[in-house]
Amino acid sequence: MNQTDAFHRRIDEALHNAQLRQNFRSALTGIMARRAEQFPDETQLQALRDQARAVRANALVRQPELLERLEAKLTENGIQVHWAEGPDEANAIIHGILERAGAKTVVKGKSMVSEETGLNHYLEHHGIEVIESDLGEYIIQLAEEPPSHIVAPAIHKNRREVAELFQRFHPEIPYTEDIDQLTQSARVVLRDRFANADAGISGVNFAVAETGTLCLVENEGNGRLSTTAPRVHVAITGIEKVVERLSDVPPLLEILTKSATGQPITTYFNMISRPRQPGELDGPEAVHLVLLDNGRSRIRVDDELLDTLRCIRCGACINHCPVYVQLGGHAYGTVYPGPIGIALEPQRIGIHKVGTLTSACTLCGACGEVCPVRIPLPKLINRLRAEAVDGLRAGTAVRGHGSMRKPAEAGVWLLWRWLYTAPSRYRLFTRLATRLRWMTPPWLGAWTRYRCAPRPAQRTLHELAREEGFRNE
Amino acid sequence: MTRPASVYYYATCLVDLLYPRAGLAGMQLLRAAGIDVVLPRDQTCCGQPAFNSGYRDEALAVARAQLDAFPGDAPIVVPSGSCAGMIKHHWPELFASQPDARRAQAVAERVYELTEFLVDVLDVRLEDLGEPLQVAIHSSCSARREMGVADRIERLVGQLEGVEVLVQQRAAECCGFGGTFAVKQGDVSGAMVKDKTDALRATGAARVISQDCGCLMNIGGAFEFQGDGPRTQHIAEFLWERTGGRVS
Repeated sequence: MNQTDAFHRRIDEALHNAQLRQNFRSALTGIMARRAEQFPDETQLQALRDQARAVRANALVRQPELLERLEAKLTENGIQVHWAEGPDEANAIIHGILERAGAKTVVKGKSMVSEETGLNHYLEHHGIEVIESDLGEYIIQLAEEPPSHIVAPAIHKNRREVAELFQRFHPEIPYTEDIDQLTQSARVVLRDRFANADAGISGVNFAVAETGTLCLVENEGNGRLSTTAPRVHVAITGIEKVVERLSDVPPLLEILTKSATGQPITTYFNMISRPRQPGELDGPEAVHLVLLDNGRSRIRVDDELLDTLRCIRCGACINHCPVYVQLGGHAYGTVYPGPIGIALEPQRIGIHKVGTLTSACTLCGACGEVCPVRIPLPKLINRLRAEAVDGLRAGTAVRGHGSMRKPAEAGVWLLWRWLYTAPSRYRLFTRLATRLRWMTPPWLGAWTRYRCAPRPAQRTLHELAREEGFRNE
Repeated sequence: MTRPASVYYYATCLVDLLYPRAGLAGMQLLRAAGIDVVLPRDQTCCGQPAFNSGYRDEALAVARAQLDAFPGDAPIVVPSGSCAGMIKHHWPELFASQPDARRAQAVAERVYELTEFLVDVLDVRLEDLGEPLQVAIHSSCSARREMGVADRIERLVGQLEGVEVLVQQRAAECCGFGGTFAVKQGDVSGAMVKDKTDALRATGAARVISQDCGCLMNIGGAFEFQGDGPRTQHIAEFLWERTGGRVS
């Protein structure tokens, strides 16, 4: 099945799942309200966005130099740095680390980059047991589903669905739909795992070049446990997460948590700078960082598309997307859903594979309006549409450029161009359309499945205006 | 800007062919406010449909064909947030590095969305002659986010003594039109316009007004299809009907 048919099949499935759509509508309505409460002052919000944008933009411009400094500083601190070009390399590196450490069980904090590489499956295939320790991630691991949202991976499930999952996998725990009790149950199950895991894997929110510090933002304490309790900690991140100074972190952190979950600050904020030192009572004996490229360097080459990499993965664009709320994340079929997914995934994976995502956008601008680092998402999505149909001929770095161009569609636009570039032809066309309005088909494909067909007026505005004595010359 | 003696009117292809009464009402409002309104004969389309579909060469060719239609420096008033946004914000991008980039930029800078022009430039005073009426406003996404003029329609309607504005749930959410989106993602668009029409109907308003005929074609077409719902109307036609031209 081609990518467009497959996408439409997933969309169809989502649209026919009333429970799923209700879960998204109710969850996202709450998140949007909580975010809005965090930004009562419009001027302050815009100033904070400017500041966050500048920090990220500056870091991207200087990325090669900052990555070198990061590596040097981390190494000096005793954190081992590994570079991975693609998913396979990253997975092999991590597997190698775990193997050398004799690790058989791993607890994992939330990491979208590890979803890019399919790390869990890879490790399980190689005989290593992986337990997701973030509650949402744990839920979808039980359900054997990918995340449907980058911040709230199990957002598509309501409390009843979660309760049923817990009952199936943990029959020893009394059935409850009470969220606090469910969380408590998960805590009990996971505590035991933390205590016995050989290694912990986590993502990274910001990697600070100046100090060699890995920052991890979380709410459940699972990130702290995953990175401190086991004897080995492996962090994995995309290379774009590097920032220059420690003082760059506070503005990013503030706007990240407010934009993501509507929290002024998260419950936990971890700053990891070195493995356990002699005389210290806790912390891992070894800390590793895997820096993954996976298409990011290619994106960075383009002056416009570069903005995609400013993303701090707050998910605000997703929460505010009027298309995402109808479909949920799984319909996109990619690691990153919603507006940032539409902008990022065709660049990362190729237009020939997932370029059809660009059709799932009305260009309403809600995403760009809330993005904490001012990524011009509608502009990027529009650009990718041009890339997809070879509408932008000048030098391009996007894989699969032009692969979605269809002669029939291109022909329609050529005809449109022929009509609309010559006022005389346009006038003839509108004259015919108004005079022959009775011939307008009442059936216009998808449009008339939900609406009545529009019909040309009896006379055009130009005709009406002349009759009313307006100058029309 | 200071009050000009005359303006150009950019009909937009959608209004010209499908909603000429709305377009005409906008011209009549401007004329009633004492402005000489010219509708250049050689205008066609701003190029937005092709631009948003990725066909930039075609969009550029059609946009370029508009440049000669507006000589001089009179403001260009557009009865649509999305077409105004296309010219004002996307033409500079579309024409970038083209030989006529500066001309396109100069035209872009003269563009006003109709309600923006009525409020910001003309500071119009409206006299309401109509019966008491409850309306809901759906400001288009382009008017709201691209042009930043969502509040202008509210300020104009706010001047009408007999009109009460009822606010829909999720007022800022897109109606699901999105140009070719409505065709390429027909079912998603259908789901979105269902939510939008439900929210608008729930207000109990007798009429829904908007700055964009694209949204109205979508929302109004859905109400008609559903066989039940308020009448939809472009803001210009609504104001003209309410004031009968008592505009100063």
